[in-house]
Amino acid sequence: MQVVVHVPASLRQYSGGAGKVRVECADATLAGVFDQLHAIFPGVVERALDEQGKIREHVNVFVDGESIRAGSKRGLQTPVAAGTEVWILPAVSGGSR
Amino acid sequence: MPVRPDVLLLIGTSKGLFLLDASGDLKNPIANGASVPSVAFDPRRRRMLAGKTSFFWGTGVVHSDDLGQIWTEPEAPNLRFPDDIDASIKQAWQVAPGTASQPDVIYVGVEPAALFRSTDAGETFEIVRGLWDHPHRPTWQPGGGGLCLHTVLVDERDPAKLTVAISTGGVYRSDDAGASWRASNQGIRADFMPEDQRYPEYGQCVHKVARDAEKLDTLFLQNHGGLYRSDDYGATWNDIGSGVPSDFGFPMVAHPHKSGTAYCIPNGDAFNRWTPEARCRVYRTANGGQSWEALECGLPQRDAYITVLRDAFTSDEQDPAGLYFGTRSGELYASNDDGERWELLAEHLPPILTVRAANLD
Repeated sequence: MQVVVHVPASLRQYSGGAGKVRVECADATLAGVFDQLHAIFPGVVERALDEQGKIREHVNVFVDGESIRAGSKRGLQTPVAAGTEVWILPAVSGGSR
Repeated sequence: MPVRPDVLLLIGTSKGLFLLDASGDLKNPIANGASVPSVAFDPRRRRMLAGKTSFFWGTGVVHSDDLGQIWTEPEAPNLRFPDDIDASIKQAWQVAPGTASQPDVIYVGVEPAALFRSTDAGETFEIVRGLWDHPHRPTWQPGGGGLCLHTVLVDERDPAKLTVAISTGGVYRSDDAGASWRASNQGIRADFMPEDQRYPEYGQCVHKVARDAEKLDTLFLQNHGGLYRSDDYGATWNDIGSGVPSDFGFPMVAHPHKSGTAYCIPNGDAFNRWTPEARCRVYRTANGGQSWEALECGLPQRDAYITVLRDAFTSDEQDPAGLYFGTRSGELYASNDDGERWELLAEHLPPILTVRAANLD
Protein backbone atom coordinates (compact mmCIF):
# COMPACT_ATOMS: atom_id res chain seq x y z
CA MET A 1 0.00 0.00 0.00
CA GLN A 2 1.36 3.36 -0.95
CA VAL A 3 0.68 6.56 1.03
CA VAL A 4 1.75 10.08 0.12
CA VAL A 5 3.32 12.26 2.80
CA HIS A 6 3.53 16.01 2.26
CA VAL A 7 6.63 17.46 3.93
CA PRO A 8 6.51 21.14 4.95
CA ALA A 9 9.08 23.48 3.45
CA SER A 10 10.83 23.91 6.78
CA LEU A 11 11.61 20.19 6.97
CA ARG A 12 12.63 19.60 3.38
CA GLN A 13 16.31 19.86 4.20
CA TYR A 14 15.75 16.47 5.83
CA SER A 15 13.84 14.95 2.92
CA GLY A 16 16.40 15.61 0.24
CA GLY A 17 14.35 18.61 -0.82
CA ALA A 18 11.24 16.56 -1.52
CA GLY A 19 7.88 18.09 -0.64
CA LYS A 20 5.98 14.93 -1.46
CA VAL A 21 7.21 11.49 -0.44
CA ARG A 22 5.60 8.18 -1.44
CA VAL A 23 5.80 5.66 1.38
CA GLU A 24 5.19 1.94 1.08
CA CYS A 25 3.69 0.59 4.27
CA ALA A 26 2.04 -2.58 5.43
CA ASP A 27 0.58 -1.27 8.67
CA ALA A 28 -2.63 0.63 7.86
CA THR A 29 -2.20 3.30 10.52
CA LEU A 30 -0.54 6.67 10.63
CA ALA A 31 2.00 5.21 13.05
CA GLY A 32 2.95 2.70 10.36
CA VAL A 33 3.40 5.52 7.87
CA PHE A 34 5.75 7.35 10.22
CA ASP A 35 7.70 4.14 10.85
CA GLN A 36 8.30 3.68 7.15
CA LEU A 37 9.03 7.35 6.60
CA HIS A 38 11.57 7.20 9.43
CA ALA A 39 13.46 4.50 7.55
CA ILE A 40 13.79 6.88 4.59
CA PHE A 41 14.00 10.32 6.19
CA PRO A 42 14.55 10.04 9.95
CA GLY A 43 15.16 13.76 10.27
CA VAL A 44 11.61 14.53 9.18
CA VAL A 45 9.96 12.11 11.57
CA GLU A 46 12.14 12.93 14.55
CA ARG A 47 11.19 16.58 14.20
CA ALA A 48 7.48 15.90 13.77
CA LEU A 49 7.45 13.44 16.70
CA ASP A 50 9.28 13.78 20.01
CA GLU A 51 11.54 11.10 21.44
CA GLN A 52 8.51 9.46 23.01
CA GLY A 53 6.99 9.02 19.58
CA LYS A 54 4.29 11.61 20.25
CA ILE A 55 3.38 14.30 17.77
CA ARG A 56 5.03 17.48 19.00
CA GLU A 57 2.80 20.04 20.65
CA HIS A 58 2.96 22.59 17.88
CA VAL A 59 2.79 20.20 14.93
CA ASN A 60 -0.40 19.32 13.09
CA VAL A 61 -0.93 16.23 11.01
CA PHE A 62 -3.80 15.84 8.58
CA VAL A 63 -4.90 12.54 7.06
CA ASP A 64 -6.97 12.96 3.90
CA GLY A 65 -7.83 16.48 4.93
CA GLU A 66 -8.81 15.78 8.54
CA SER A 67 -6.70 16.75 11.51
CA ILE A 68 -5.83 13.75 13.59
CA ARG A 69 -6.27 15.95 16.67
CA ALA A 70 -9.90 16.72 15.70
CA GLY A 71 -12.82 14.68 14.42
CA SER A 72 -12.35 11.06 15.39
CA LYS A 73 -9.14 12.10 17.24
CA ARG A 74 -7.39 8.81 16.76
CA GLY A 75 -3.96 10.32 16.66
CA LEU A 76 -1.28 8.00 15.41
CA GLN A 77 -3.82 5.18 15.24
CA THR A 78 -5.72 7.02 12.50
CA PRO A 79 -6.31 4.49 9.71
CA VAL A 80 -4.73 4.97 6.31
CA ALA A 81 -5.37 3.24 3.01
CA ALA A 82 -3.77 3.08 -0.39
CA GLY A 83 -3.68 6.58 -1.81
CA THR A 84 -4.09 8.31 1.55
CA GLU A 85 -2.46 11.71 1.74
CA VAL A 86 -0.74 12.74 4.97
CA TRP A 87 0.19 16.36 5.63
CA ILE A 88 2.72 17.40 8.26
CA LEU A 89 2.34 21.09 9.11
CA PRO A 90 3.60 23.55 11.69
CA ALA A 91 0.63 24.59 13.82
CA VAL A 92 -0.73 28.11 14.00
CA SER A 93 0.88 29.09 17.26
CA GLY A 94 3.52 31.36 18.69
CA GLY A 95 1.53 34.57 19.05
CA SER A 96 2.88 35.10 22.54
CA ARG A 97 6.40 35.52 21.25
CA MET B 1 32.44 51.77 20.96
CA PRO B 2 32.88 48.86 18.58
CA VAL B 3 33.40 45.29 19.65
CA ARG B 4 37.06 44.59 20.30
CA PRO B 5 38.99 43.34 17.27
CA ASP B 6 39.67 39.92 18.76
CA VAL B 7 36.18 39.35 20.09
CA LEU B 8 33.10 37.99 18.38
CA LEU B 9 29.85 38.24 20.31
CA LEU B 10 27.32 35.42 20.14
CA ILE B 11 23.86 36.68 21.01
CA GLY B 12 21.15 34.06 21.41
CA THR B 13 17.63 35.41 21.32
CA SER B 14 14.10 34.11 21.34
CA LYS B 15 14.13 34.56 17.56
CA GLY B 16 17.48 33.33 16.45
CA LEU B 17 21.23 33.81 16.84
CA PHE B 18 22.98 37.08 16.11
CA LEU B 19 26.71 37.67 15.75
CA LEU B 20 28.47 40.99 16.20
CA ASP B 21 32.13 41.79 15.66
CA ALA B 22 34.33 44.86 15.32
CA SER B 23 32.82 45.66 11.92
CA GLY B 24 29.57 46.55 13.66
CA ASP B 25 27.61 44.52 11.12
CA LEU B 26 25.04 42.38 12.86
CA LYS B 27 24.65 38.93 11.33
CA ASN B 28 21.77 36.53 11.89
CA PRO B 29 22.88 33.03 10.87
CA ILE B 30 20.18 31.13 12.77
CA ALA B 31 16.61 32.29 12.32
CA ASN B 32 13.41 30.83 10.88
CA GLY B 33 11.54 30.72 14.14
CA ALA B 34 14.24 29.03 16.18
CA SER B 35 15.16 30.37 19.59
CA VAL B 36 18.74 30.06 20.79
CA PRO B 37 18.69 29.97 24.59
CA SER B 38 22.23 28.63 24.87
CA VAL B 39 25.39 29.18 22.89
CA ALA B 40 29.10 28.60 23.42
CA PHE B 41 32.38 29.15 21.69
CA ASP B 42 34.69 26.19 22.22
CA PRO B 43 38.23 27.55 21.96
CA ARG B 44 39.71 24.05 21.79
CA ARG B 45 38.64 23.67 18.18
CA ARG B 46 37.24 27.14 17.52
CA ARG B 47 33.78 25.65 17.25
CA MET B 48 30.56 27.51 17.92
CA LEU B 49 27.79 25.45 19.45
CA ALA B 50 24.20 26.56 19.81
CA GLY B 51 21.25 24.99 21.56
CA LYS B 52 18.69 25.59 18.87
CA THR B 53 15.04 25.19 19.73
CA SER B 54 12.39 25.28 17.07
CA PHE B 55 8.95 26.22 18.30
CA PHE B 56 7.66 23.41 16.13
CA TRP B 57 10.35 20.85 15.46
CA GLY B 58 12.17 20.23 18.73
CA THR B 59 15.62 21.04 20.02
CA GLY B 60 19.21 20.07 19.32
CA VAL B 61 22.78 21.30 19.35
CA VAL B 62 24.13 22.68 16.08
CA HIS B 63 27.68 23.80 15.43
CA SER B 64 29.81 25.93 13.18
CA ASP B 65 33.54 25.63 12.52
CA ASP B 66 33.88 28.83 10.48
CA LEU B 67 32.83 31.41 13.05
CA GLY B 68 29.16 31.14 12.31
CA GLN B 69 28.86 31.19 8.55
CA ILE B 70 27.94 27.56 7.96
CA TRP B 71 26.09 25.59 10.61
CA THR B 72 25.95 21.83 10.77
CA GLU B 73 22.67 20.41 11.94
CA PRO B 74 22.41 16.69 12.66
CA GLU B 75 20.11 14.56 10.54
CA ALA B 76 17.98 13.85 13.60
CA PRO B 77 17.94 16.00 16.75
CA ASN B 78 20.98 15.05 18.81
CA LEU B 79 19.39 15.74 22.17
CA ARG B 80 16.87 13.09 23.14
CA PHE B 81 16.01 11.14 26.22
CA PRO B 82 16.61 7.43 25.84
CA ASP B 83 13.63 5.18 25.23
CA ASP B 84 13.29 4.09 28.85
CA ILE B 85 12.84 7.65 30.11
CA ASP B 86 9.37 9.07 29.65
CA ALA B 87 10.37 12.65 29.01
CA SER B 88 10.89 14.95 26.08
CA ILE B 89 13.46 17.71 25.83
CA LYS B 90 12.00 21.19 25.69
CA GLN B 91 15.10 23.31 25.53
CA ALA B 92 18.88 23.31 25.90
CA TRP B 93 19.64 25.87 28.60
CA GLN B 94 23.40 25.58 28.72
CA VAL B 95 26.20 24.46 26.44
CA ALA B 96 29.48 24.06 28.32
CA PRO B 97 32.71 22.90 26.68
CA GLY B 98 34.82 20.59 28.85
CA THR B 99 38.44 20.93 29.85
CA ALA B 100 41.56 21.20 27.72
CA SER B 101 42.48 17.68 28.77
CA GLN B 102 39.22 16.31 27.29
CA PRO B 103 38.95 18.25 24.05
CA ASP B 104 35.96 16.35 22.70
CA VAL B 105 33.77 16.61 25.79
CA ILE B 106 30.82 19.01 25.78
CA TYR B 107 28.12 19.22 28.44
CA VAL B 108 24.59 20.41 27.84
CA GLY B 109 22.01 21.20 30.49
CA VAL B 110 18.42 20.84 29.41
CA GLU B 111 14.80 21.23 30.42
CA PRO B 112 13.39 19.11 32.01
CA ALA B 113 16.42 19.20 34.26
CA ALA B 114 19.01 16.75 33.00
CA LEU B 115 22.63 16.75 31.97
CA PHE B 116 23.86 15.44 28.64
CA ARG B 117 27.44 14.78 27.60
CA SER B 118 29.07 14.60 24.21
CA THR B 119 32.37 12.85 23.72
CA ASP B 120 32.61 13.73 20.03
CA ALA B 121 32.79 17.53 20.26
CA GLY B 122 29.04 18.07 20.12
CA GLU B 123 27.93 15.77 17.32
CA THR B 124 26.04 13.32 19.58
CA PHE B 125 24.98 13.39 23.22
CA GLU B 126 24.07 10.91 25.93
CA ILE B 127 22.28 11.55 29.16
CA VAL B 128 24.37 11.53 32.34
CA ARG B 129 22.48 8.79 34.11
CA GLY B 130 23.80 9.42 37.58
CA LEU B 131 22.02 12.73 37.86
CA TRP B 132 18.77 11.61 36.26
CA ASP B 133 18.67 8.63 38.64
CA HIS B 134 19.37 10.74 41.72
CA PRO B 135 16.59 10.16 44.28
CA HIS B 136 15.98 13.90 44.60
CA ARG B 137 15.28 14.35 40.91
CA PRO B 138 11.57 13.41 40.84
CA THR B 139 10.88 16.05 43.51
CA TRP B 140 12.58 18.99 41.77
CA GLN B 141 10.01 21.60 40.85
CA PRO B 142 9.92 23.96 37.88
CA GLY B 143 10.51 27.65 38.45
CA GLY B 144 8.79 30.25 36.33
CA GLY B 145 11.08 29.49 33.42
CA GLY B 146 10.65 25.74 33.59
CA LEU B 147 12.55 22.96 35.35
CA CYS B 148 15.94 23.62 33.90
CA LEU B 149 19.56 22.65 34.40
CA HIS B 150 21.14 25.96 33.51
CA THR B 151 24.68 25.92 34.88
CA VAL B 152 27.51 23.46 34.25
CA LEU B 153 30.97 24.08 35.69
CA VAL B 154 33.73 21.63 34.81
CA ASP B 155 36.86 21.77 36.95
CA GLU B 156 39.88 22.49 34.79
CA ARG B 157 42.08 20.75 37.39
CA ASP B 158 40.07 17.53 37.30
CA PRO B 159 37.41 17.01 34.63
CA ALA B 160 35.68 14.41 36.77
CA LYS B 161 34.60 17.17 39.13
CA LEU B 162 31.35 18.69 37.94
CA THR B 163 29.06 21.31 39.45
CA VAL B 164 25.57 21.92 38.11
CA ALA B 165 22.71 24.17 39.16
CA ILE B 166 19.02 23.55 38.68
CA SER B 167 15.95 25.74 39.04
CA THR B 168 14.55 24.53 41.27
CA GLY B 169 16.74 21.86 42.70
CA GLY B 170 19.80 23.83 43.69
CA VAL B 171 23.47 23.03 43.34
CA TYR B 172 24.68 19.45 42.85
CA ARG B 173 28.26 18.24 42.67
CA SER B 174 29.92 15.13 41.32
CA ASP B 175 33.50 13.99 41.80
CA ASP B 176 33.25 11.00 39.49
CA ALA B 177 32.33 12.45 36.11
CA GLY B 178 28.64 12.35 36.84
CA ALA B 179 28.27 8.81 38.14
CA SER B 180 27.13 10.04 41.55
CA TRP B 181 25.92 13.41 42.81
CA ARG B 182 25.27 15.17 46.08
CA ALA B 183 23.24 18.26 46.87
CA SER B 184 25.45 21.19 47.82
CA ASN B 185 23.22 23.95 49.13
CA GLN B 186 24.13 24.43 52.77
CA GLY B 187 23.49 28.04 53.68
CA ILE B 188 21.38 28.96 50.64
CA ARG B 189 17.97 30.35 51.46
CA ALA B 190 14.67 29.24 49.93
CA ASP B 191 12.32 32.16 50.57
CA PHE B 192 9.41 30.38 48.99
CA MET B 193 9.37 27.66 51.67
CA PRO B 194 7.63 27.78 55.06
CA GLU B 195 9.67 29.74 57.60
CA ASP B 196 11.08 26.73 59.41
CA GLN B 197 12.14 25.06 56.15
CA ARG B 198 14.05 27.85 54.45
CA TYR B 199 17.43 26.15 54.43
CA PRO B 200 16.64 22.75 52.93
CA GLU B 201 19.18 20.22 51.71
CA TYR B 202 17.98 20.91 48.18
CA GLY B 203 15.15 22.57 46.31
CA GLN B 204 16.59 26.08 46.22
CA CYS B 205 15.97 28.13 43.11
CA VAL B 206 19.57 28.86 42.23
CA HIS B 207 19.79 31.18 39.25
CA LYS B 208 23.50 31.14 38.32
CA VAL B 209 26.88 30.05 39.64
CA ALA B 210 30.29 31.39 38.53
CA ARG B 211 33.79 30.29 39.47
CA ASP B 212 36.43 32.68 40.75
CA ALA B 213 39.26 33.52 38.34
CA GLU B 214 42.08 32.15 40.51
CA LYS B 215 40.70 30.41 43.58
CA LEU B 216 38.96 27.61 41.79
CA ASP B 217 37.25 26.36 44.96
CA THR B 218 35.55 29.73 45.31
CA LEU B 219 32.15 30.06 43.69
CA PHE B 220 29.78 33.01 43.42
CA LEU B 221 26.05 32.37 43.29
CA GLN B 222 22.98 34.41 42.39
CA ASN B 223 19.97 32.85 44.03
CA HIS B 224 16.26 33.50 43.65
CA GLY B 225 16.75 35.98 46.48
CA GLY B 226 20.25 36.01 47.89
CA LEU B 227 23.86 36.37 46.76
CA TYR B 228 26.33 33.81 48.04
CA ARG B 229 29.99 32.85 47.97
CA SER B 230 31.46 29.48 48.74
CA ASP B 231 35.15 29.03 49.51
CA ASP B 232 34.98 25.27 49.83
CA TYR B 233 33.76 24.26 46.40
CA GLY B 234 30.11 24.62 47.28
CA ALA B 235 30.09 22.60 50.48
CA THR B 236 28.91 25.67 52.39
CA TRP B 237 27.65 29.05 51.23
CA ASN B 238 27.92 32.48 52.85
CA ASP B 239 25.54 35.37 52.28
CA ILE B 240 27.22 38.24 50.42
CA GLY B 241 24.04 40.12 49.55
CA SER B 242 24.71 43.21 51.61
CA GLY B 243 25.25 46.38 49.62
CA VAL B 244 23.05 45.78 46.60
CA PRO B 245 19.61 47.37 46.16
CA SER B 246 18.10 43.94 45.66
CA ASP B 247 19.58 40.48 46.10
CA PHE B 248 17.19 39.12 43.50
CA GLY B 249 18.58 38.70 40.02
CA PHE B 250 19.57 36.18 37.40
CA PRO B 251 23.17 36.42 36.15
CA MET B 252 26.45 36.15 38.01
CA VAL B 253 29.76 36.71 36.23
CA ALA B 254 33.24 36.29 37.66
CA HIS B 255 36.03 38.54 36.41
CA PRO B 256 38.21 36.54 34.01
CA HIS B 257 41.46 37.45 35.78
CA LYS B 258 40.90 39.18 39.13
CA SER B 259 40.29 36.89 42.05
CA GLY B 260 37.46 38.04 44.29
CA THR B 261 35.88 40.19 41.61
CA ALA B 262 32.41 39.35 40.41
CA TYR B 263 29.42 41.10 38.88
CA CYS B 264 25.67 40.85 39.23
CA ILE B 265 22.70 42.80 37.92
CA PRO B 266 20.01 43.23 40.58
CA ASN B 267 16.56 42.71 39.21
CA GLY B 268 14.05 44.17 41.64
CA ASP B 269 12.39 41.40 43.55
CA ALA B 270 10.52 38.23 42.79
CA PHE B 271 7.52 40.29 41.69
CA ASN B 272 8.82 43.49 40.07
CA ARG B 273 11.43 41.94 37.88
CA TRP B 274 13.19 44.95 36.55
CA THR B 275 16.23 46.97 37.50
CA PRO B 276 15.60 48.56 40.94
CA GLU B 277 14.33 52.15 40.89
CA ALA B 278 14.12 51.78 37.10
CA ARG B 279 17.88 52.43 36.95
CA CYS B 280 20.11 50.05 35.06
CA ARG B 281 23.12 49.27 37.22
CA VAL B 282 25.68 46.51 37.23
CA TYR B 283 27.13 45.77 40.65
CA ARG B 284 30.74 44.74 41.17
CA THR B 285 32.52 43.35 44.15
CA ALA B 286 36.30 43.37 44.28
CA ASN B 287 36.56 41.69 47.67
CA GLY B 288 34.60 38.50 47.38
CA GLY B 289 31.27 40.08 48.18
CA GLN B 290 32.12 42.00 51.33
CA SER B 291 31.00 45.14 49.52
CA TRP B 292 29.49 46.04 46.17
CA GLU B 293 29.74 49.14 44.03
CA ALA B 294 27.28 50.33 41.43
CA LEU B 295 28.54 50.66 37.86
CA GLU B 296 26.20 52.92 35.96
CA CYS B 297 28.25 55.16 33.69
CA GLY B 298 26.66 54.92 30.26
CA LEU B 299 23.69 52.85 31.41
CA PRO B 300 20.17 54.32 31.46
CA GLN B 301 19.39 55.81 34.87
CA ARG B 302 15.73 56.65 34.49
CA ASP B 303 12.69 54.80 33.22
CA ALA B 304 14.81 51.67 32.70
CA TYR B 305 12.53 48.71 33.33
CA ILE B 306 15.12 46.19 32.29
CA THR B 307 15.53 42.49 32.88
CA VAL B 308 18.76 40.64 32.18
CA LEU B 309 18.40 36.87 32.10
CA ARG B 310 20.83 34.46 33.71
CA ASP B 311 23.00 33.76 30.68
CA ALA B 312 22.67 37.14 29.04
CA PHE B 313 25.69 38.57 30.89
CA THR B 314 29.24 37.49 30.19
CA SER B 315 32.87 38.57 29.96
CA ASP B 316 35.61 38.11 27.44
CA GLU B 317 39.11 36.94 28.36
CA GLN B 318 40.93 40.22 27.87
CA ASP B 319 42.55 42.56 30.36
CA PRO B 320 40.91 44.83 31.27
CA ALA B 321 37.88 42.65 30.91
CA GLY B 322 35.22 43.24 28.35
CA LEU B 323 31.75 42.77 29.81
CA TYR B 324 28.58 42.32 27.80
CA PHE B 325 24.93 41.99 28.68
CA GLY B 326 21.73 41.75 26.71
CA THR B 327 18.25 42.60 27.87
CA ARG B 328 14.85 41.09 27.39
CA SER B 329 13.98 44.28 25.58
CA GLY B 330 16.66 43.65 22.98
CA GLU B 331 19.48 46.00 23.94
CA LEU B 332 23.11 44.92 24.08
CA TYR B 333 25.48 46.86 26.37
CA ALA B 334 29.23 46.49 26.63
CA SER B 335 32.14 47.74 28.70
CA ASN B 336 35.81 47.50 27.71
CA ASP B 337 37.21 48.51 31.08
CA ASP B 338 36.09 46.06 33.75
CA GLY B 339 32.66 47.70 33.88
CA GLU B 340 33.61 51.32 34.57
CA ARG B 341 31.94 52.70 31.45
CA TRP B 342 29.25 51.16 29.29
CA GLU B 343 27.92 51.74 25.81
CA LEU B 344 24.96 50.51 23.84
CA LEU B 345 26.21 48.19 21.09
CA ALA B 346 22.89 47.13 19.59
CA GLU B 347 19.20 47.64 20.13
CA HIS B 348 15.86 46.50 18.73
CA LEU B 349 16.93 42.86 18.87
CA PRO B 350 14.48 40.14 19.89
CA PRO B 351 14.52 39.30 23.61
CA ILE B 352 18.11 38.35 24.44
CA LEU B 353 18.48 35.00 26.19
CA THR B 354 22.22 34.48 26.18
CA VAL B 355 25.43 36.35 25.33
CA ARG B 356 28.87 34.83 24.97
CA ALA B 357 32.16 36.36 23.86
CA ALA B 358 34.38 34.32 21.57
CA ASN B 359 38.03 35.25 22.10
CA LEU B 360 39.66 34.86 18.71
CA ASP B 361 43.24 35.87 19.41
